[in-house]
Amino acid sequence: MIALLRRDLALAFRAGGGFGLGLAFFLIVTVLVPFGVGPNSATLGLIAPGILWLGALLACLLSLDRVFALDWEDGSLDLLATAPLPLEGVAVSKALAHWITTGLPLVAISPLLGLFLSLPTGAMPWLILSLLIGTPALSWLGTFGAALTVGLKRGGLLMSLLVLPLYIPTLIFGAEVIKRGADGLATATPLAFLAGITLGTVALLPFATAAALRVNLR
Amino acid sequence: MSLWEYANPRRFMATSSWLLPPLVVLSALLIATGLVWGFFFTPDDFRQGSTVKIIYLHVPAALMAINAWLMMLVCSLIWIIRRHHVSALAARAAAPIGMVMTLIALFTGAIWGKPMWGTYWEWDPRLTSFLILFLFYIGYMALWEAIENPDAAADLTSVLCIVGSVFALLSRYAVLFWNQGLHQGATFSLDKEQNISNVFWYPAVISMAGFVCLFVTLVLYRTRMEIRRRRLHALDARSMAA
Repeated sequence: MIALLRRDLALAFRAGGGFGLGLAFFLIVTVLVPFGVGPNSATLGLIAPGILWLGALLACLLSLDRVFALDWEDGSLDLLATAPLPLEGVAVSKALAHWITTGLPLVAISPLLGLFLSLPTGAMPWLILSLLIGTPALSWLGTFGAALTVGLKRGGLLMSLLVLPLYIPTLIFGAEVIKRGADGLATATPLAFLAGITLGTVALLPFATAAALRVNLR
Repeated sequence: MSLWEYANPRRFMATSSWLLPPLVVLSALLIATGLVWGFFFTPDDFRQGSTVKIIYLHVPAALMAINAWLMMLVCSLIWIIRRHHVSALAARAAAPIGMVMTLIALFTGAIWGKPMWGTYWEWDPRLTSFLILFLFYIGYMALWEAIENPDAAADLTSVLCIVGSVFALLSRYAVLFWNQGLHQGATFSLDKEQNISNVFWYPAVISMAGFVCLFVTLVLYRTRMEIRRRRLHALDARSMAA
């Protein structure tokens, strides 16, 4: 599992791996928003939590088709399936690699983008915390979607249709944490819900992912 | 008679062909009775006037929108666990019907909402969760369409249905947390003392029973269609091979 994780990370970080594309996308979305709604900092601060979470969601989604597609094309997915490591383990390490290459960098640059969108400084820690807790759920759900559509020719659009509705609870609680943090309210409840969703998906979804992979490899 | 006998498509076709005509008549009768009684022989509500009468379409459609997904979930589980072929096809057959019921509930709700709440759409928890349910139906149907191998498609959509059910339920309660709404609470609960008045209750229940029958009828029809489509494919493949 660790070897697989290191291999995926190496593939992502080296040239042509597409690492950083998600980050650049996140940046562009955030830069475009003020052009759309005007530079008024009060308005921007109001919608910043939602925009940042939506940006993270879409950036995550963009990189999902790489999770299994390349391995599927060159046949290494078949090798992984016949390896002694159970497919559930493969699913976990794939999702973890996806999170390290997209989710974690997003968390790291989110304060900068929050600054662009004039998010109140009091909300910054909550922004980082909510993204840190919430993005693993996005990666795990996305890996499930990628496993469902791995055998399809034009699976990208279909995958976003399948995955985005699954993101709704995470989005709701994630944005709620920041909003409450910005208003100085207690954030423990949405944070607990967010963490609950993440832990639940991390624990259970690899089984569904592996089941979908098995069907697609038949 | 057990559920497993009908894993044989031939048995299913035989039983459903004699079951269908009475079901058609029954659902037509029940819906006609419920709607006519509801529309013409109930008093106007003292606050909502005659607009309340759309309830005889709105509530049964909403009921079936949710229960269609529940039926798909049960069918998916049966398929995944025991490879019951007709069950997988029934889940596929139910999806478009459930989606249309969701649309009916949303549209009648919008028409009802305009005079009562002064708006067609409001980001109310119930409305929002129905919209989310609609999205889940679309995704489920799109996945069925996208995959060519029917058994793989049945497997993958079943997995999606199970995961989707969990997340549809999560979303249902997440949106409650996110926004408090305009929609009234349950008025048709079986376990409460205070409910809707009996004058409105009887036609509504008849209408709901009619919609249940309608749903069963349509699912049977569409399942028969799916079976015939599979047979056609098999014939095609055989003539190709010959």
